[in-house]
Amino acid sequence: MLKLNQLSKTYRVGTFGGKELHAVNSVNFDINDRELVSLIGESGSGKSTIGKMILRLISITSGTILLDGKDITSYKGNSIREYYRKVQGVFQDPFSSFNPIFKADQMFKTIHDEFYPHVTGQAWTTKLEDSLKDVGLNPEHVLNKYPHQLSGGQLQRFLIARALLLDIKFLVADEIISMLDASTRVDILNLLADLRLRGLSILFITHDLSLGYYISDKSVILYCGCVVEKGSTEKIYKNPLHPYTKMLMASVPRLDKKWDAADISLHDEILAPKAGCAFYNRCNLGSRDKDCACNLPILTEVEPDHFVACDKLK
Amino acid sequence: MSLKVENLTVYYQTLKGEVHALENATFNLADGEIMGLAGESGCGKTTLGHSLVYLNPPMKFIKGKVSLDNAELPIWDMEKMESQRYKKISIIPQYAMNAMNPIRKIGIMIKELIESKKVDFKSIEPELIRRLDLVRLPHEVLNMYPIELSGGMKQRMVMVISMLLDPSLLIADEITSALDVASQKAVAEMLVEFRNQRCCKSAIVITHDISILHQIADEILIMYAGQLSEKASNETIIHSPRHPYTKLLISTLPKVGANYAKKKLMGIPGKPPLLLDPPIGCRFRERCPVAFKKCVEVPPFVEIEKKHFIACWKETGSNA
Repeated sequence: MLKLNQLSKTYRVGTFGGKELHAVNSVNFDINDRELVSLIGESGSGKSTIGKMILRLISITSGTILLDGKDITSYKGNSIREYYRKVQGVFQDPFSSFNPIFKADQMFKTIHDEFYPHVTGQAWTTKLEDSLKDVGLNPEHVLNKYPHQLSGGQLQRFLIARALLLDIKFLVADEIISMLDASTRVDILNLLADLRLRGLSILFITHDLSLGYYISDKSVILYCGCVVEKGSTEKIYKNPLHPYTKMLMASVPRLDKKWDAADISLHDEILAPKAGCAFYNRCNLGSRDKDCACNLPILTEVEPDHFVACDKLK
Repeated sequence: MSLKVENLTVYYQTLKGEVHALENATFNLADGEIMGLAGESGCGKTTLGHSLVYLNPPMKFIKGKVSLDNAELPIWDMEKMESQRYKKISIIPQYAMNAMNPIRKIGIMIKELIESKKVDFKSIEPELIRRLDLVRLPHEVLNMYPIELSGGMKQRMVMVISMLLDPSLLIADEITSALDVASQKAVAEMLVEFRNQRCCKSAIVITHDISILHQIADEILIMYAGQLSEKASNETIIHSPRHPYTKLLISTLPKVGANYAKKKLMGIPGKPPLLLDPPIGCRFRERCPVAFKKCVEVPPFVEIEKKHFIACWKETGSNA
């Protein structure tokens, strides 16, 4: 349903904008109907940039994003509203998503005025209460309250309910549980999984691999704006192939296993060679050579539904 | 016994009244140990850490006794504590890595800091250089401004600074939480290395991330709503916890290899009580699946097995 095609975002940096920073570099992946894809990467990997481009919050430098075959940049003027009926986002910090001066449900009124001016009175109330119930909230407990009177988990559910009011087809969930406590984050994850079963496609952006495994069918591992590994979650987690993915897996703190003594390469300088593999400077493969520094590795299918961008693995 | 805390109670003074943020905390921390302190936000873990170092208003000391290396710490007296801070007991507050002076080169900032504690910088310098090597930072960082360092580098720099005078106790508040997994691992392992090299005798690591504690801590203390729930060795807390809150908390953590379709995890229903007017008795009572009549009384924090402390009437029974 959503297709990212050679998507790139370049920022001009430096004093006079003389340097270029490739935040997202020729990224390709698809998200099918009713699919939950996790986009995993460290800070600065460009994962949120991709989410924002899908939500049309920032412009695209090159490449296209197609929704059901239609370029999303082709929506202009009034039809943008049609796009946002289908695609919505929820972000990391639920506290800063609300205006503290207004009651939290003010946001629903905005939705009503903007998208459903013809639905009035009881019909709207029923619709609103249904979507709140869908996200596991009791309308009596949460309506007519200020943001500070609600907990982080409740606010985050509010934002998801707002997205659901629009009968959306696609949700961008950008680190939506990293600010929540352990006891509530699982419930939000389960909520996402339930929504998917009801027909929503979700892009789940996270830095936490265990969450990615828990919830998604497909994973995309991003490093410095490039996709280094993608495919079925099961295959990537059971058999990580790219040296970066392997390092990530080894660094995840786990409850069932202590860290290996293996040395990890630290991300101290961002000195990715211009032409070659972005991971070159941190790579610990013995076979790393000059070609790696010069040629950009291409994503290749190593087994069905498992792609890796590393020339040394062919 | 390096650190001994008895009945420490700290409230916050607010316009609406006193917030009972830390109630009757009693625990020991042995020499050379790293104790993890975990709990949800608002459980009082940061209050506990801060009250040991810098008990400033609106924090209000109510009662309790703290001793470090057999000498009592005058935590209620801001001025008397001044001689202890940084030398005997040091803290890395949350977000400390963003608190380095942006207009000073790091080396100069450290020199000023050391001299403000009436210590000769020249005598510390060789050790500073050695420790930079330990955390794999190039020596040039001393001539750089904080903005030139990445998050992981800044956090490692802060660790070096905080332990320069070899404090007895280090309190590290959420030092890994803003970092990437690779940096997280490096910082956590370096902390263990510092302890092994006796740069600090013992440490309290405050975090909400229990899986990090499982990697580095010797002991783990779990708090809930201002009360201590359970303290035991790392393995015991993770694999055979006895307190119902600890059990639920551990069960909510997704593990690598656990999938939604195969095994659905459950959160803990309900939310923590407001500490402005906390419920009497066990504060976990309302969310606890096994609560019974007795829970309206405050459960004592008692040792049920060697080095395994727990505050729960179900586990300690009525003979406690």
